[in-house]
Amino acid sequence: MDKLILKGHEFENRLLTGTGKFADKNLIAPMLKASKSNIITMALRRVNFSNPKENILNYIPKEVTLLPNTSGARNAEEAIKIARIAREAGCGDFIKIEIINDMKYLMPDNEETVKATKVLAEEGFIVLPYIVPDLITAKKLEEAGAAAIMPLGSPIGSNKGLLTKPLIEMINDNKKLPVIVDAGIGAPSQAAEAMEMGIDAVLVNTAISTAEDPVKMGEAFAMAVKAGRMAYLAKLAKTSKFANASSPLTDFLFRGDK
Amino acid sequence: MGFYSVLEKWNNFDFENYFSHVTDKDVIESIEKDNLDEFDFLNLLAPIAKNHLEKMAIKANLVKQQYFGNVISLYIPIYVSNFCTNNCAYCGFSKKNHIIRKHQTIEQIEEEAKEIAKTGIDHILLLTGEAKEIDTMDYLKEAVKVLKKYFDSVSIEVMPLEEEEYRELKEIGLDGLTVYQETYNEEIYDQVHISGKKKDYHFRLNTPERGAKAGLRTVGMGPLFGLSEIKKEAFLAGLHLKYLTDKYLNTAFSISLPRINPAEGGFQPSFPLDDVTFVQFLTAFRLFQVKADINISTREVAEFRDHLMHIGVTKLSAGSKTDVGGYTKKDESTCQFEISDTRSAEETIQAIENYGYQPIYKDWQQIL
Ligand code: SF4
Repeated sequence: MDKLILKGHEFENRLLTGTGKFADKNLIAPMLKASKSNIITMALRRVNFSNPKENILNYIPKEVTLLPNTSGARNAEEAIKIARIAREAGCGDFIKIEIINDMKYLMPDNEETVKATKVLAEEGFIVLPYIVPDLITAKKLEEAGAAAIMPLGSPIGSNKGLLTKPLIEMINDNKKLPVIVDAGIGAPSQAAEAMEMGIDAVLVNTAISTAEDPVKMGEAFAMAVKAGRMAYLAKLAKTSKFANASSPLTDFLFRGDK
Repeated sequence: MGFYSVLEKWNNFDFENYFSHVTDKDVIESIEKDNLDEFDFLNLLAPIAKNHLEKMAIKANLVKQQYFGNVISLYIPIYVSNFCTNNCAYCGFSKKNHIIRKHQTIEQIEEEAKEIAKTGIDHILLLTGEAKEIDTMDYLKEAVKVLKKYFDSVSIEVMPLEEEEYRELKEIGLDGLTVYQETYNEEIYDQVHISGKKKDYHFRLNTPERGAKAGLRTVGMGPLFGLSEIKKEAFLAGLHLKYLTDKYLNTAFSISLPRINPAEGGFQPSFPLDDVTFVQFLTAFRLFQVKADINISTREVAEFRDHLMHIGVTKLSAGSKTDVGGYTKKDESTCQFEISDTRSAEETIQAIENYGYQPIYKDWQQIL
């Protein structure tokens, strides 16, 4: 399959996963193996660097790319500080900007996200900003040096799928950067739907980590993402209100055999 | 006027009459809804909702999984002083009780902090009685400072403070505040708070709001079940939670459902909350405010706490000692109430894992 490219870094797999909600951290490694996901996000606020026993990093295989996120940050300044802490702590250059100061709906703050992206991109981070899908913000993020755009499909944890589809489509149709749908994807079919639209990747956390069998669910998502991508690349047959005849109906007029 | 103006609107509502008219169908409809309004919440608190407890529990668990995942967050309380200038009928720290009083020095707090930090739990809740002459602002500031050396998240459960005072504490790293209204019934509130500053119902009622205004990240609240009619208390507490959640988008609110435990002074609750009703209320809170943390302290017995993990609880205290200096045990003091879950932090953590959840030791990164 074609590769996902984030600022020059190539990834075989278009399924990004998360660490946050697993019952047992020991399931993370087998889930990654089954899903072949090679980017995993984790909240820096949950990482305990001083307590090796409780350090989530110990549960993530070395070959997988860490995508620390700034969850907990309320503004650009805090997100920037968290990103720097993550890099200093050896979590690499990838950073997912997640700035939320609405604890009721958990909607990201697009404006602060643009600010943080600009600063961090200049510092050489590979910045993946999580936003409420908005074309103008997406354009500002491209300018600011983001590595991808991460619009939400529906509110975090809602499992409602692509409620924001028309808005994501706008971003996707006008993109210069990969678009990764983050949040809201609750079932493999929804992931496939996003991929069929031509979205470049999806990030799935809750739907995998809280499934009864997270390992198997990881695999199911991997298959769905792959199927969706293949369908997109194969160019889906157009849907139309008018039934399409398999051979043109008016062709005879122009064949010159009258 | 803050939340009081909301309370006033419900003053003349005939709760008993409403509850007696709730049908099974009403309850089921409310359980199945995604966004519950105040009347749905009432339906779930109605006695008839007990017929649908299992359904409520299943939905509560689903909602919890969805928004929080398979995790249980942990925190540890640290009592640094049990002096109190108030007389509250239900509390062991009441000034009328002849108990062993203790007020820790900052050095002693640090020693305790070191001991607690060994558990790996990164969230601490600092508690005192209400004696502002002894537990001064300067003292609280020093205490927060020293705890910040060992814990990423420091919250307080001390006497209600002014907004400005919360702001000062926030500046040196205070993360959250816990304050219980005890009872929303103004008359009973006056009766059980016999003397002292706590008598001021309004000052107490507006405390969570002052904390939110001061920009604290987390604010914990709840009623103390036992003092007043329980269904109404649960409802008003839920309403308070909703009022704050709607108004202060920046703050994460949590709710706790403490029940009166035997304390020094032998207070007997007039409105006991039994286990079945407790579970009913807990799941009703979860369904009404899906994103609020629900916190269960060691007032509850171990086995009961363990079961609650499966029906919507997101936060547990672990290895609590409610006597001052309880972690280093250098000398004796009387505890505020009797702990029911006497397991150590390690034992609690083990239980969480055994039940298929991930214990969260740390959920906050200090970035001052
Ligand atoms: S409840 Fe608080 S204010 Fe009242 S006596 Fe106990 S410690 Fe003092």
